[in-house]
Amino acid sequence: MIAFNKYYNHFNLLSSVLIVVSLLFLIFKGLNFGIDFKGGTLIELRASDSKINVSSLRDRFNQMDLGDVSVKKFGNDTDFLVKFENKDNKKNIIEEIKTNLDKSFGNNYDFRRVENVGPKVSAELLKSGIIAISLSLALMLIYIWIRFEWQFSLGAILALFHDVIVTLGIFSLFSLEINLSIIAAVLTIVGYSMNDTVVIFDRVRENLRKYSDIKIFELTNISINETLSRTIITSATTLLALLAIYFFGGEILKGFSLAMILGVVFGTYSSIYIANTVLVRLRVSQKTVLREDEKK
Amino acid sequence: MLYFSKLRILFITLFSVLFILIASSNLFKFDDNFFDKKINLGLDLQGGSYLLLEIDNEPVIEQKLQNLTTTIRNYFKEKNIKINNIKIENQNIFFNVIENDKQSILNVFQDENSDLNPYYPRFKSHQLEIEDTGLNFKVNFSRQGLIKLKTSSQDQAIEIVRRRVDEVGTNEPNILKRGNNRILVELPGLDDPMRIKSLLGKTANLTFRFVTNDENDRFGIEKLKFENGLEEAVVSKRIIISGENLLDAQPKMDTQTNQTIVSFTLDRVGAKRFGKATSTGIGKQLAIVLDGKIISAPVVRDTIASGSGQISGGFTFQSATDLALLLRSGALPAPLEIIEERTVGPDLGQDSINAGMIALTIGFMLVIIFMFVKYKIFGLITNVTLIVNLFILLGVLTLFEATLTLPGIAGIILTVGMAVDANVLIFERIKEELKDETNNILAFDGGYTKSRTAILDANITTLLAAIILFFMGSGPVKGFAVTLGVGIFTTLFSVYFIARLFTSIYVTKNKNKEKLI
Repeated sequence: MIAFNKYYNHFNLLSSVLIVVSLLFLIFKGLNFGIDFKGGTLIELRASDSKINVSSLRDRFNQMDLGDVSVKKFGNDTDFLVKFENKDNKKNIIEEIKTNLDKSFGNNYDFRRVENVGPKVSAELLKSGIIAISLSLALMLIYIWIRFEWQFSLGAILALFHDVIVTLGIFSLFSLEINLSIIAAVLTIVGYSMNDTVVIFDRVRENLRKYSDIKIFELTNISINETLSRTIITSATTLLALLAIYFFGGEILKGFSLAMILGVVFGTYSSIYIANTVLVRLRVSQKTVLREDEKK
Repeated sequence: MLYFSKLRILFITLFSVLFILIASSNLFKFDDNFFDKKINLGLDLQGGSYLLLEIDNEPVIEQKLQNLTTTIRNYFKEKNIKINNIKIENQNIFFNVIENDKQSILNVFQDENSDLNPYYPRFKSHQLEIEDTGLNFKVNFSRQGLIKLKTSSQDQAIEIVRRRVDEVGTNEPNILKRGNNRILVELPGLDDPMRIKSLLGKTANLTFRFVTNDENDRFGIEKLKFENGLEEAVVSKRIIISGENLLDAQPKMDTQTNQTIVSFTLDRVGAKRFGKATSTGIGKQLAIVLDGKIISAPVVRDTIASGSGQISGGFTFQSATDLALLLRSGALPAPLEIIEERTVGPDLGQDSINAGMIALTIGFMLVIIFMFVKYKIFGLITNVTLIVNLFILLGVLTLFEATLTLPGIAGIILTVGMAVDANVLIFERIKEELKDETNNILAFDGGYTKSRTAILDANITTLLAAIILFFMGSGPVKGFAVTLGVGIFTTLFSVYFIARLFTSIYVTKNKNKEKLI
């Protein structure tokens, strides 16, 4: 048996620091919103001429008076991602750009993807993204509140917030782009983190009924160990699947799979070191469960 | 728990085979009569354009209010009530009357059978709202009135959009209403949406009006620019004929001048008016105005009574074709603005499919190898279940002709990763049971029963997240929610029916074996 409970305090401290640092990043540095949420235009361009590179593209685009233009390599050497605000929401902007690029590069490039999101739509997408995440947190809260005693609910919710905040904090730290698929990833993380916590909690509750003489500090450790194989195997297979998406699923899914990978790692960690420690700190005992049983 | 009746085994087998067949219909071409459903590929996978258009209703409202002022004035004139100082400001009509007429005005506006101010019994609301401060009145559209106006202009606009898109001839466009002032246009397989975008961006409001120098023209005058933006002309506001009078329009080559022109045919009313105008207006310039810009202003030389004519204006063949198309399909009730556009080229779509498939294959292999190494025979059972699960998932998606997107493929891969969870929970539980239980069959029974709540909890939480995503997400993300959500059900089915069937067969055969798992 591994003595997870020996490090409860250490890891609680670490998590608190992580959350505070993440929040500081989120407040002061903020998130790098993509055009889905900020509005603007994105062009994915593939070049068939080595003359076309980041600096020559940047030169060209800067001459077009589009405001802040960002040009980046996208995946391999011939693919580029160009983003700009398109503040005036010019109508024929793509045509203008094409005519302009034709002059310098001829026909040696190709627009593979064009996205243009107006300010109204991006504001709506941001709003519905925030609603979706809040709604999922609320639903999880209700579900767990129906299924478990309040001490458990609090533990699970704290673990959930920890996972979401730290994942977003890392996105802020590295200025990774937040787009629609990241919202999908965050929601899946919420589901996964809950799933992982609930499995351990299920065992804690079962053990609470079984053993009246073991203190919660020990009991959580027993439960974590009993479910440990499952925790490891499920996390491992999920991570294997996600790593496959990250490395082979193409550039577009990179951000999504990275967010999910972080979420799975933190979700697994928090089930053990946050959810359970809340039970310990709230001094959950056999009485907590039995009282609830009587009610039912 | 371990017992399976023959009937049940038959049912499970048939069900699985059925879905495997359905799923494989995506790969092979069956006889069309047999089964012709397929998973739809999202625009991000097959390439195409997604355009969200918003109708700008401001001009429509302005126009309606403008018409209303005339209607109100004439309506009360007949009743010998004089309306004074009528004007429009900030989408409100203001006017005042003398004290004696005040009540009758209010009566007309608040009468449920009023023909001036229609009443919608379903919403218990009039079209117009009236407010009075002393003898001054303020009239504007009620909430319902505005909604009616918006939906009707949306109905008209979607019809015109459909005609224009159909005329260009893309395959299977998808044109849908969104809210009461938006139209969604999905154009699969369209590599370059520029032509459609420019076609949809034009209102195509065509009028024929005389160029005039008369400052006191009864209908008013306005100064308009030519299409080339250089010249200007003063044009009467009197409309001789408009786009509504056109029966047909086609691009043509004028053999005399060697120019590309648009020839048009008028309906009976239009032909009559055109004939009359051209007979009285010989020598005058007739301006052809499209969306507030003059295309050309030829001098009338003869009376044109045939009801057909032509527009010249330095067209290229493409621009003449587009103009003819716009005129044939009719004018939009209000300008449209493209507020969101997402276009994916077909080769990027194919790349995404390839990448998705490679990721799926590799992810699947990794999980399968891992499970086999970790669990041996039970790993094998899990793996067979996983494969069947994947086919059932694809089968369900095919059956509902769901749309598969790139995030959707990610959802399938993720399902593969998470689907082992239920089996692992069960097998781990069985292992524990075997510690104090010598009877293999009882241990397996216990494993299944005791793990049930945990499995249920775990899946419900993921399902909740998927449901929210489905309702809140858009486009590709919705595809992710669909595969993730459907994946949960197929996983539970395959774990509790298929995997359990295999497990029960194995355990019954090895009743007395030690160290089963």
